[in-house]
Amino acid sequence: MKSLLRQLGGRAAAPYLFVAPFFLLFAAFGLFPLLFSIVLSLHQWDASAGLGAMQWVGLQNYWYALTDPWFRSSLGHTFWYGLAAGLPQHLLALPLAYYIHRRLKRSRNFVVGSYFLPYITSSVAIALIFSTLLSKDFGFINLILPGTPRDWLGDADYAMPAIAFVVFWRYLGWNLVLYLSALQVIDESLYEAATLDGAGPWQQFRHITLPLLRPMIYFAVTMTIIGSLQLFDEPFILVDSESGVAPAVMTTAMFMYRMAFSYGDFGTASAISWLLFLVIAALSWGNHRLFGQAGGEHGR
Amino acid sequence: MPKPFHTVLAGTLLLLGLWSPLAQALTITVASFPDLDRAARAALPRWRALHPDIEVKIVSRQYADHHTAMTAALATGSGLPDVMALDLRFIGKFAAGRGLSDLGAPPFQAQQLRAQFVAYSWPQGTSPRGEFVAMPTDIGPGTLLYRQDLMARAGISEAELTGSWEQFIAAGIKLKAATGAYLLADSTDIRDIVLRTGLAPGEGLYFDSQGRVLVDSPRFVRAFELGRAARRAGIDAHAPAWTNDWVAGFRRDKIASQMMGAWLAGHLKNWLAPASAGQWRSTQLPNGVFASYGGSFYAIPAKSEHKQAAWDFIRFMCADAETQLQSLRTLDSFPALKAAQQDALFDEPMPYLGGQRARRLWREIASQVQAVPVHRLDALATDVVRAEYELVVSKGKDIPSALADARAMIEHRVRRP
Repeated sequence: MKSLLRQLGGRAAAPYLFVAPFFLLFAAFGLFPLLFSIVLSLHQWDASAGLGAMQWVGLQNYWYALTDPWFRSSLGHTFWYGLAAGLPQHLLALPLAYYIHRRLKRSRNFVVGSYFLPYITSSVAIALIFSTLLSKDFGFINLILPGTPRDWLGDADYAMPAIAFVVFWRYLGWNLVLYLSALQVIDESLYEAATLDGAGPWQQFRHITLPLLRPMIYFAVTMTIIGSLQLFDEPFILVDSESGVAPAVMTTAMFMYRMAFSYGDFGTASAISWLLFLVIAALSWGNHRLFGQAGGEHGR
Repeated sequence: MPKPFHTVLAGTLLLLGLWSPLAQALTITVASFPDLDRAARAALPRWRALHPDIEVKIVSRQYADHHTAMTAALATGSGLPDVMALDLRFIGKFAAGRGLSDLGAPPFQAQQLRAQFVAYSWPQGTSPRGEFVAMPTDIGPGTLLYRQDLMARAGISEAELTGSWEQFIAAGIKLKAATGAYLLADSTDIRDIVLRTGLAPGEGLYFDSQGRVLVDSPRFVRAFELGRAARRAGIDAHAPAWTNDWVAGFRRDKIASQMMGAWLAGHLKNWLAPASAGQWRSTQLPNGVFASYGGSFYAIPAKSEHKQAAWDFIRFMCADAETQLQSLRTLDSFPALKAAQQDALFDEPMPYLGGQRARRLWREIASQVQAVPVHRLDALATDVVRAEYELVVSKGKDIPSALADARAMIEHRVRRP
């Protein structure tokens, strides 16, 4: 090793040598696909005919995607899931984390672990269990609910809320852990001083906890935005892709997958992925404007 | 140079010469999916006896993963197998590209075998350019499988089930009232079979021979109307095939019939509804319809390095009667090869179907099925039609509007450069 280092310029070369594997892997599996997908989005390509069959079409794939009714509806569904599943995650995780942090002592690890468990469980296993629970004729949910059995996964009116619930349930624990970790670094003396000044629990939460949590809220909401806009697993597994209801619950990531692997149009699929990237970037920027800047000030 | 050295050298060369054929034994890779891979594995001992010089390596992936992997392999030209198994529904997409060998061209000359196969299966493996790219191995002659015990309890005769569609729906209402069971798993079962009825020669399901979209033709109107009538009559369980509800419906005696390929009898017997053995029967599809459901094919990628050996293997799997019969015994798959259909096995009673000699019926159905050409956009058209149908049956959208929207959507795609 010593002689190798010497040949490469001594100690100065060592750091580059050690980080090289990462950059090589990143170039092969990160950068190249990224650049290739940009190129692909500007071509029409019948994948089964090989790389030689790529035809330059400029921005036509983007135009085609933007004029496709299923792309627009899939984007609408994606936003809907983002709001219906993403928003409650934070609205519930934040006060829940606060409660666990302030009130629970002995049972805290157990409670946090329980909430976190869905996050580390395989999405396939979760979707399979929920598809059984939500079965129209034989599912547990319909068994305990009064009235006519609902076709939870066969009717878009029910399927979308059902999917949103599964996503909410799954990621609640993740956000809970994020907020809990942020709460633990807030200086306890701030609360003591506030108590001495006569501030109640709500005032302490409103004027101490919330402002100091802003950096974490910014991070957690950004992660939710990115995750929600890339939602794929749960709707893909819960709703039979061959049923007529599938397009009515389809997310943009699912539409992208179908465009490539069912309809064989990899060029448009790549264009959709870049359009989705633009949407994610725009929303993340909006989130930065909302939480990030103020959070940064508090975080300093 | 001393003599002993010469002797050793000569001996070594002789050994190398003797062993070299074994050391260089050709290995071909066959990419397959469950359960078709089982048929290939079951055939391997006979293959080895006939072709000791060609090793076969079977790589099996799950159904969807396999077809995705094959798309990626054809796209990149890497990881390609020598033989590629394909399900019927993917043939259109794969045949549209130029990644598969034309088996009708030299050196394969597959057309010489054409007369040996069920007539409708051959065009299924033919691309719109007329290239024969995939050889059929098993087919799915369409049949109506029904629960004889439930029908008897409701006083429904087989003639009522196989008569007109109106009689079929009326029988479903009678069955539901008498037993609580659904006649259909899903109303789409009717829609899909009516869509396959009355096609003009050369006409595909969604596109005519000139590539024009057909989805607002009277055939589609009739299919949508009958499907909607079945849904309104409450005779379907809202359980699309292969879903949990579908499986549970069979196991709990809640779904009393299923129109599908004859191969479903094997699935019912093996895992879907083994408890109702002896109660199932097979008959002709309603309204005198002859149709097929699915089928499996073998293809050779254009970039395969061992095309001759791959072709030998495909002929062995598809055009060898003994191999086809072995597949039938292993998988209950229905052979595409007519010679295999003449075996005494076809006259044997099937205990699961109450001793019925159903394979005779399926053979007759297979001989009547009309060939339906495939189109590269069939998968998209299928999804669009399904989505619009769903709006008709669950949201009350009127059929002409639904079909007009479906047409506009498919044409949006067809108009692409």
